[in-house]
Amino acid sequence: MKNRAGEKKRAQKIRESLIEKALFASAALSVLTTLGILGIFLFEAFGFFKEVSIIEFLTGTLWTPLFEPKHFGILPLVAGTLMVTIISIAVAVPIGLLTAIFLSEYASDRLRRLVKPVLEVLAGIPTVVYGYFALTYVTPILQQMFPQMIVFNALSAGLVMGIMIIPMVSSLSEDAMVAVPNSLREGAYALGSQKHEVALKIVLPSALSGIIASIILAISRAVGETMIVSIAAGSTPKLTLNPLESIQTMTGYITQISLGEAPFGSIEYNTIFAVGLTLFVMVVIINTLGNWLTKKYWRSY
Amino acid sequence: MNNLSSRHLKGRLLLAAGVIAVSISLLSLVALLLDSLLDGLPYLNWGFLTSYPSRFPDQAGILPALFGTIWVVGLTALFSFPLGIFAALYLEEYAPKNWLTDLIHLNIANLAGVPSIVYGLLGLGLFVEALAIGRVILAGALTMTLLILPVIIITARESIRSVPKEYREGAFALGATRWQVASQIVLPEAFPGILTGTILALSRAIGEAAPMIAIAALAYVRFTPTSPFDRFTVIPIQIYNWINMPRVEFRELAAAGIIVLLVVLLVMNSVAIFIRNKYQKRGVS
Repeated sequence: MKNRAGEKKRAQKIRESLIEKALFASAALSVLTTLGILGIFLFEAFGFFKEVSIIEFLTGTLWTPLFEPKHFGILPLVAGTLMVTIISIAVAVPIGLLTAIFLSEYASDRLRRLVKPVLEVLAGIPTVVYGYFALTYVTPILQQMFPQMIVFNALSAGLVMGIMIIPMVSSLSEDAMVAVPNSLREGAYALGSQKHEVALKIVLPSALSGIIASIILAISRAVGETMIVSIAAGSTPKLTLNPLESIQTMTGYITQISLGEAPFGSIEYNTIFAVGLTLFVMVVIINTLGNWLTKKYWRSY
Repeated sequence: MNNLSSRHLKGRLLLAAGVIAVSISLLSLVALLLDSLLDGLPYLNWGFLTSYPSRFPDQAGILPALFGTIWVVGLTALFSFPLGIFAALYLEEYAPKNWLTDLIHLNIANLAGVPSIVYGLLGLGLFVEALAIGRVILAGALTMTLLILPVIIITARESIRSVPKEYREGAFALGATRWQVASQIVLPEAFPGILTGTILALSRAIGEAAPMIAIAALAYVRFTPTSPFDRFTVIPIQIYNWINMPRVEFRELAAAGIIVLLVVLLVMNSVAIFIRNKYQKRGVS
């Protein structure tokens, strides 16, 4: 009798430890995913760097892997990515911050409950829909303003991408502003400040770490965004500062080659991993910088 | 501080700027929805939902893409839901405080910020090429699982953390094992929250085009897939495909596809919100 109880207990112990191992394996899968990304990308990019020197890849100003003479300088793709990112950030940061100030300092509860779901909807719309919007709605309007502009251009893609990331800036910044304790506001009011002075000189600086985090997150999102630029920004890799021209981003190039099913092991196939690795490294650097800045400016109340 | 009236003016300017900023978002959303609705509605009919892609715009339909999306999302749910729950239970209920746990935490947070096209390339290199699964539904679903898993884990952990500590302590005091506490006390309480988070993550997966293009490419699918090892296309790829066609009629088909996609997302989000509201009231007590 005692023996059976002991056996049951032992069986339960084994089961418990097996379950714990299975749960641990599920959690560890995330680390394996990261290792998988690194492993696969390094492996495929290695095939690429056997044929193209890293120096040429990182400093070359011509990207023509699809026709002779082939050049593999990634700078035009990086420049395209940066241009679209800068345009989108120039749209999203001011609008997102003003929205956050308005919602956290000015809007009534009722208005906030009305506006926030709309922003959530904006954040939930698939990017291919934004691409369609850029190409069929925003581009024709821009063409009326700039008649020399061609159909596929960086400006339209950047503007629409900016609209897409407004909710990201506004919601995180608003969270940070709402978290600023009321005693700080009341202190400023007691000294004779007006509402806008409290908002801009007390709340904004106090919420700075959250605001920086939201902007960095938005930048990293813009750098990695794929469908809007694939649809609306064109596919001509080019070093230019003119946003009215057709360009290509790193993500746009990956999509273009992926669509054509480049055969495994071909140089085109390897290029998308070399470009993807560059993109991945850039995003990781941006995100790490964001974490570091957030910590540096972090104030807890 | 200069004189009072200029300070008042600045205040009004800030308020006006805030109102304008909010209006830009609202108007953009209205323009975006109307743009697709007006272009796409004329093409949206039963034939569109039940036909295959065609060279002739008035005969073209979205059926294979619809089936492809259902297959990919169904399998993704099957894989990611249990994995997400297990991982979250481990991190909240089991994990010791050590460097490995810290690494997993940091890693999951970072993975959530990796662009979706990078996951597409991972899936292409790992599932399609290295494991030789091919450009099929299964490879798409596995890729999608890796993509949304961090989001599911993060929301599941939040739901698990909101279960009061006293519940666990009560059960432990009665002699329950760790797994009994986790599976019979914590999980039922946290389940609605986890389910809501998973549905929202899946609805994000439905809209993702980039990683699926890396896996499926531009397959011209003229059949409805019947197994996980069939080639496939999904709604966002079909929309992208139509947008890229030169004739304007195909753009309007793309808009019709967009309406279908948005309706699917609307339904899924409504279900998620319904679940959240239904169980939130009970959780208050």
